[in-house]
Amino acid sequence: MELIFNGIKQAFILIFTGDKEVWEIVFLTIKVSGIATIISMLLGIPVGFFTGLNQFHGKKILVSFINTGMGLPPVAAGLMVALLLWRSGPLGFMAIMYTPTAMVIAQILIATPLIAGITMAAVAQVNPKLKLMAVSLGAGRLSMSWLLFKEAKLPALSAIIAGFGGVISEVGAVMMVGGNIKGSTRVLTTSTVQMVRMGEIELAIAMVLILLFLTFLVNFILTIIQQQDKEKWQVKYWK
Amino acid sequence: MKKRLMALCLILVFVLSANILFMASCSGPAKKELILASTTSTADSGLFDVMLPEFEKISGYKVKLIAVGTGEAIEMGQKGDADVLMVHSRKAEDQFMEEGYGSVRKDVMHNDFIIVGPAEDPAQIKGKSAVDALKAIAESGSLFISRADKSGTHNKEMSIWEKAGITPEGDWYTETGQGMGETLTITQDKQAYTIADRGTWLAMADDFTLEILVEGDSSLFNPYGVIAVNPEKFPDVNNEGALAFIEYVTGEKGQALIKDFGVDKYGQPLFYPDVIK
Repeated sequence: MELIFNGIKQAFILIFTGDKEVWEIVFLTIKVSGIATIISMLLGIPVGFFTGLNQFHGKKILVSFINTGMGLPPVAAGLMVALLLWRSGPLGFMAIMYTPTAMVIAQILIATPLIAGITMAAVAQVNPKLKLMAVSLGAGRLSMSWLLFKEAKLPALSAIIAGFGGVISEVGAVMMVGGNIKGSTRVLTTSTVQMVRMGEIELAIAMVLILLFLTFLVNFILTIIQQQDKEKWQVKYWK
Repeated sequence: MKKRLMALCLILVFVLSANILFMASCSGPAKKELILASTTSTADSGLFDVMLPEFEKISGYKVKLIAVGTGEAIEMGQKGDADVLMVHSRKAEDQFMEEGYGSVRKDVMHNDFIIVGPAEDPAQIKGKSAVDALKAIAESGSLFISRADKSGTHNKEMSIWEKAGITPEGDWYTETGQGMGETLTITQDKQAYTIADRGTWLAMADDFTLEILVEGDSSLFNPYGVIAVNPEKFPDVNNEGALAFIEYVTGEKGQALIKDFGVDKYGQPLFYPDVIK
């Protein structure tokens, strides 16, 4: 019990005294997971839209791939990236193993299917009548996509939340491809693992609390955006 | 509207990829960074936190310390994925050199392994030799926790089982596959026996009720070596950096840092330098 209280106390001390190493870790965590989420969004949302809206040859295979990707164990993603990026691997010459870039790549591999899958499900659920109506009113493919995008904006935001939550909390893949290097690739999750290993349980608790707070904050902001949008829409429809 | 959106997307993608390339390019200046594969026990002790900044300052290299088990570190060396190794498993190190994966190997430092267990000592191993202690644990069927991760510590454990003529298996023998710290924590939790390096033990012992039961046996000697990965086999490795690192850790400055490390915190050194004593 004492351990837990000390851990919480330690967390607050670390956060508010502006411990340089801790802040570095926090910033790197946000940077890596943030960039990875944004890129995954740019890749995943169009794919999700396209697959959700269209019938095409090989759709079943693509959907199966996306669904498998949604359940892809992060360590599997980590190992794939590591095999490619190790010096002995085919992309070894790029020398990006054990850098934040490698971590971003691994996280993209984890988050993109999540975002694509959730977007796909959301778009597929948009009232099919809307599509028919739009077509009958002479909407082109692009303007229809735009219309559906507006319809599915809220679920897309959920997809982004899920993607971000997935990568910021992940440890196996970033440990493998980042290497948990002090001052360079150490993020909150990998440093927590190390603190436990070193018997620094209080520091580990502090790291986890910071991580929880961070995830909460990001989710809170995204949720506010989501809710505001919802209200706007409701008002519009009411009028 | 659509066009503007598309343009916006394109710009975003462009900026992001530029960002990624930029990150990649500043992290990979050829030959100015050095990948050091070492063991979790050394890294977790905090020794490198003291030694590396000094080395980086003197040499201008940026060291990337990858803390893995000795087995994995050696594996990284065999694939040319690391430039320099600092490990503790003499047999595996010698084999590594024989097979031509390393160009230079030097002794750096040593400490020792200890066998720890519950204070009540159900298998009565206190004061015995390492081999007799493991025999007693196996015979009494007392719980023993093994790292089972091909680390230097695990290799040492296996060599003692071999000497004792026992193939450890059964309900009493638990394999964690994890690092020294985690394994000690599990051992403490289950009040079992395990073999640990003294450095990690000292760093963690504060919170533990386990006790050192066997120590000082010559078979528990734990020597660390440093190896430069052979540039003839892997032209991409940073051999210059590796040699500079070896010179540093076996030189006056490095050896002095090793000698003093941990004394203020634990009242005794965690490692003993081998070159300059």
